[in-house]
Amino acid sequence: MKGFWRDAVEFFPILMNGVALTIVVTIGSLLLSTVLGLVWAMMRVSGIKALSMLSASLINVIRGIPIIVLLFYLYFVMPDLGVTLSALQAAILGLGIAYSAYQAENFRAGIEAIDKGQIEAAQSIGMGWWLTMRRVVLPQAVRIVLPPYGNVMIMMLKDSSQASTITVAELALQGKLIASSTFKNTSVFTLVALMYLTMSIPLILLVRHFEKRAGKR
Amino acid sequence: MIELSDVHKSFGKVEVLKGITASVQKGEVVCIIGPSGSGKSTILRCINGLESYDRGEISVEGLKVDRDAPSIVDIRTQVSMVFQRFNLFPHRTALENVVEGPLYVKRESRAHALERGRALLAQVGLAEKADAHPPQLSGGQQQRVAIARALAMQPKAILFDEPTSALDPELVGDVLGVMRKLADDGMTMVVVTHEMGFARDVADRVLFIDGGVIVEQGPAKALLNQPQHPRTQDFLRRVLHPL
Repeated sequence: MKGFWRDAVEFFPILMNGVALTIVVTIGSLLLSTVLGLVWAMMRVSGIKALSMLSASLINVIRGIPIIVLLFYLYFVMPDLGVTLSALQAAILGLGIAYSAYQAENFRAGIEAIDKGQIEAAQSIGMGWWLTMRRVVLPQAVRIVLPPYGNVMIMMLKDSSQASTITVAELALQGKLIASSTFKNTSVFTLVALMYLTMSIPLILLVRHFEKRAGKR
Repeated sequence: MIELSDVHKSFGKVEVLKGITASVQKGEVVCIIGPSGSGKSTILRCINGLESYDRGEISVEGLKVDRDAPSIVDIRTQVSMVFQRFNLFPHRTALENVVEGPLYVKRESRAHALERGRALLAQVGLAEKADAHPPQLSGGQQQRVAIARALAMQPKAILFDEPTSALDPELVGDVLGVMRKLADDGMTMVVVTHEMGFARDVADRVLFIDGGVIVEQGPAKALLNQPQHPRTQDFLRRVLHPL
């Protein structure tokens, strides 16, 4: 135990560099997946057949490819096609695209849960599709969508570790590098696990808060 | 101002409207009565394009109702609708519900819309509930907010789709009172209702619909007091004397 604390003090600063990158990757891909997911979801519910079919097939393609393969593709294959991305860019792009499929399905479920009478009321005062979405449907859907959205945040935080496979020196990769040069596997990976857990706990509490609020009305 | 001529409408294989021809004059109050499933609500929903129709033609002030044409927005701003289940926006206050259309559809100035919104809430007897959210209001209060919301569009006519059917009996009177005042002020109204007393006292004309056709129509008192068609007689007997 004493040894663990000594190791912890020694490795903590290096691992914090990893934490910083983990946070950058998580937030970056969270934002990207949210925007893309919204676009896919809007296409799905647009009522325009071509758009909704395009979105449905995009979602299925994305869902059918493992994140790690998507990352390899962006980082190792894209340069052959003339597009060179930094490891960090590829990680954010890959995770963002991968998760956009789940976000889209979540958003769509939220939108479709809104009572049809709400849409009719909006139409009956002359609102068009976009105004109905913006003023009536989305503000109500947010409440429904937030709890699962929080869960996606937690999953993305943990899945950001997959960026290590394309050399992004985030928390998991930092840990692995320290462990393989010091052989202190137990200390290092316990520390890494605790740091992921520490970052997850606020998110878990946030989800609980969302769930309570959603249950109120 | 509202004309329907030979309107047909099917849901899948079920034909719910089998050739409806009717018209509503400016300032007229027309009640539509009939058994459930007879197509009453569908007629209203076709008039403001919430539902499409298959054959025939509906026009409002000479403008053809086509829910896929851009002109549907004009029709909907001229013909408001009040729903059975109120359909207020639960995430907005009573006042915000009322001014939503004027602000975002008609793009009126905020100050002007809010002032008129408050006046409309006062008109339906809910001035002090302006900042309440719909879930905090009783059904009768919600329906009156919904009427204020419909009025806020300054419509030429209002369609009421069973406006009191979802209300507790003791709250029905408040809503009917507001509607009666509207009628007295000369608003053009088409009301689908089971409130025969309201139809008799307030309506100019009554249409009795059964099986997707107008079985009988005429001046309210005459039709309700001396129905001619056996189906109308049978319906009224059962509604007025359920025991």
